[in-house]
Amino acid sequence: MRLLSEDRPGHWLLAALLVALLLVLAFAPFLLPGTKALAVAARILIFIVLAASYDLLLGYTGIVSFAQTTFFGLGAYGVAIALSGGGGWLALILGAAAGIAVSVGLALAMALLSLRVRAIFFSMITLALARFAQVLASEWRGLTGGEDGLTFSVPRLIAPGFHPFASPILGLRISGTVIAYYLIFAVTLVSFLVLLRIVNSPFGRVLQAIRENPFRAEALGFRTIFHRALASALAAGFAALAGAMLAMQLRYTNPDTTLSFSLMIDILLMVVIGGMGTLYGAAIGATVMVLAQYYLQPGLSLLAAAARGIPLAPALFDPERWLLWLGLIFVLVVTFFPAGIVGSLRARANAAAHPPIA
Amino acid sequence: MTPIALIPRESLPYLVLPLLVLVALLGMSFSTWLTLTVAGLAMGCMLFLAAIGLTLIFGLMDVLNFAHGGFVTLGAFIVVAVLGTGSLAGLGIAAALGVVALAIALAAGAGAGVGLVFERLLIRRVAGAPLRQILITVGGGIILQQLLIIVFGAEPLPLPRPLALRGSVIIAGAPLERYRLMVCALGLVIYAATHLALNRTRLGLLIRAAVENREMVEALGFRASTLFRLVFAAGTALAAVGGVIFALYAGMVTADLGGEIIILVFIVVIIGGLGSVNGCFLASLLLGLANNYVGFLAPKLALGTDIALMLIVLLWRPRGLLPMDGA
Repeated sequence: MRLLSEDRPGHWLLAALLVALLLVLAFAPFLLPGTKALAVAARILIFIVLAASYDLLLGYTGIVSFAQTTFFGLGAYGVAIALSGGGGWLALILGAAAGIAVSVGLALAMALLSLRVRAIFFSMITLALARFAQVLASEWRGLTGGEDGLTFSVPRLIAPGFHPFASPILGLRISGTVIAYYLIFAVTLVSFLVLLRIVNSPFGRVLQAIRENPFRAEALGFRTIFHRALASALAAGFAALAGAMLAMQLRYTNPDTTLSFSLMIDILLMVVIGGMGTLYGAAIGATVMVLAQYYLQPGLSLLAAAARGIPLAPALFDPERWLLWLGLIFVLVVTFFPAGIVGSLRARANAAAHPPIA
Repeated sequence: MTPIALIPRESLPYLVLPLLVLVALLGMSFSTWLTLTVAGLAMGCMLFLAAIGLTLIFGLMDVLNFAHGGFVTLGAFIVVAVLGTGSLAGLGIAAALGVVALAIALAAGAGAGVGLVFERLLIRRVAGAPLRQILITVGGGIILQQLLIIVFGAEPLPLPRPLALRGSVIIAGAPLERYRLMVCALGLVIYAATHLALNRTRLGLLIRAAVENREMVEALGFRASTLFRLVFAAGTALAAVGGVIFALYAGMVTADLGGEIIILVFIVVIIGGLGSVNGCFLASLLLGLANNYVGFLAPKLALGTDIALMLIVLLWRPRGLLPMDGA
C-alpha cells in the first residue's frame, strides 16, 4: 500500500480490474502471441502515462489544456531527431531528455503567461499553441521531415532483429521488440507510481483544493499560480516521456501520430471515461480507448456493410466517421456520467462520503 | 513628461492600430501599402465576423463555445449549397450581391436554428460548471463537424465566386479587390449593428441588465433564460455568416474550415479581451493587418505572427486590449 501512496482503488471490482491489467501487461509477450498484440499492449502502456499526466492537469488541478499532444510530440521528435543522425543509447537518452526539458520549459512559460488571469484563457492559448506546433512540424521539413516524418533505427538491443538467446524462453523467442516492451513497461510502472505519489502528496492536495475553489485556496495562503504552473510543467514532462517511448517503440514519428487534434480528443476521452481526478481512471480509460481503436473501429466497417440498404446508415457507420462516435460518447459521458468509471465505482463503494466531481 | 503620459491610459490600445499602419508605410511603396492595408482590413473584418459571436456569447452568458468553429463551417457549406459550383458565375453585380445576401440570410437562419438546438441539448445541462462546459462544447463541436461531413461529404467543394465579385478596382495606383471592399463594408455594418443593438435598443438594454443582475431582471418579469438563448442563437448565426464570407474568399470549402479559423478567432478574442465587442473589432483589424504586412515583408515569419502578437499583448495587458468592463 505504501507503494501506491495509500491511494487504494476503493472498490473490489476496480482493484480486480487493475490487478488483471497489471498482470496481463506484465506477461503480455508470453500471453499474447503475434506482433500486433504486443504493439497494442505497448501502446496501452504509453497511453497510460500520457493519460495519467493529463489527468494531473484536468482531473486534479481543473485546468483544460489542449496542448498535451504538443508535449507528447516534443518528446517523440526529441528522440526521432536525435536518433535519425544515427547513434545509440546516448542519443536516445539525450533526445528524450531534451524533449522533456523543452516541454517543461515551454509549459512553465505558458502557464506563467496565461494562468495569471483566467483558466479559460489557458485553454484557448493551448489550443492555438497545439495548432502552431502541428503546422511547424509539417512545415519545418529540414528538422522534422514534414508530413512524412522521420524514420530511424533504435539501439541494437531493442531493435526487432536482435535475438540475444538461441533458444526460446517459456515458449517465446526473445527479440529486441520484447526487450523494448519491457523497457516501456518499467518506465510506465515507475512513472505511474511517481504520479500517484505526486497527487497524494501535500502538493497534490493543494492542487485539488485549487480545483474545488481557487479563491479559497488562495485565501488560505497557497500561491495558486505557482501550484498550477508546477502542475502543468510536471504534466508536460510526463507527456514528453510518453512521446519519447512512442517514438522508440514505433521507430518513426510524424505529425499525425503525435500532434493531431484527434489524438488530443483521444486523451480527453481516456481521462473522462476512466474518471477525472483518479489516476487509476486514466489507466483504465487508456486501456479501453486503445482496445476500442484497434478492435472496435474495424467493427464499424462491418456494420456499415451490413447497413448498406438503409439510407444514411452506411455514412454513419463508415470507419472514417469514428470521430462522430467518439464525440457522442464523450458528450454522453460528460453529461450523464461525469465521474467516469472509477468515480462511479468509488461513489458506489462509499456512497455519500465522496460526492462526484463536477 | 513623456508624450505617452498626455494620453489617457485607457485609450492607449486604440493607438496601436494607426501606429501599425503608419510603421508599415515606412517599409514599402504607397500603392503596395494601400493594397495591403485594404487586404488586411478585409481580413480583419472577416475575422471579426467569425469572432464576434464567440465573444458575445462569452460576454453575455459566460459560456466559452469551443464548437464555434463548427458553426463557421455550417455557414460555409450553406453558401456552397446556395451558389452551387459555378452555375451562377455569370450574374450581374446586383444579382450576385442578391444571391450572396440570400446565402447570408439562410446561413444566419441555419446557424441560429442549430445554435438553439445546441444550447438546448448541451449548454443548458452544464450551466455553471466551466470545466464540463469546455468539455461538452468540444464534444459537440466534433459531432457537428462530423454530421456536416456526412451531409456535405469529406471532399473539398470548389466555390467559384460570381464574376461580378471578382477582379479589382484601381485607386491611386493600387489595385483593390472588389470582394475585399465588400467584406470591409459588411464588417463595418455588422459592427455598427451589434453596437447599436446592445447599446441603443430596449432588447440590448435588457440583455445588459440581465448580465449585471439576473435576479433583478427576472423579478421585473422578464425571462433572463430566453434573453440568453437569443444571444446564443445570434452568436451562432453570426458565426455562420462569417463562414459564408470566408468560404467565398477562399473559393474552396472543407469541413476543416471552421477548425482552422477558430484558432485565429481565439487569438482575436484573447488579444481583444474576452467578451468585449470593441476589443474584438480592434483585435481583428490588428491581426488582419499584421498578417498582411508581415506576409509581404517576411513571408516566412507569417506563421508565427499571430502567436507572437498574442504573446506581446498578453505580456502588456494580461486581460486583453479592451477588457469587458471597457466595452
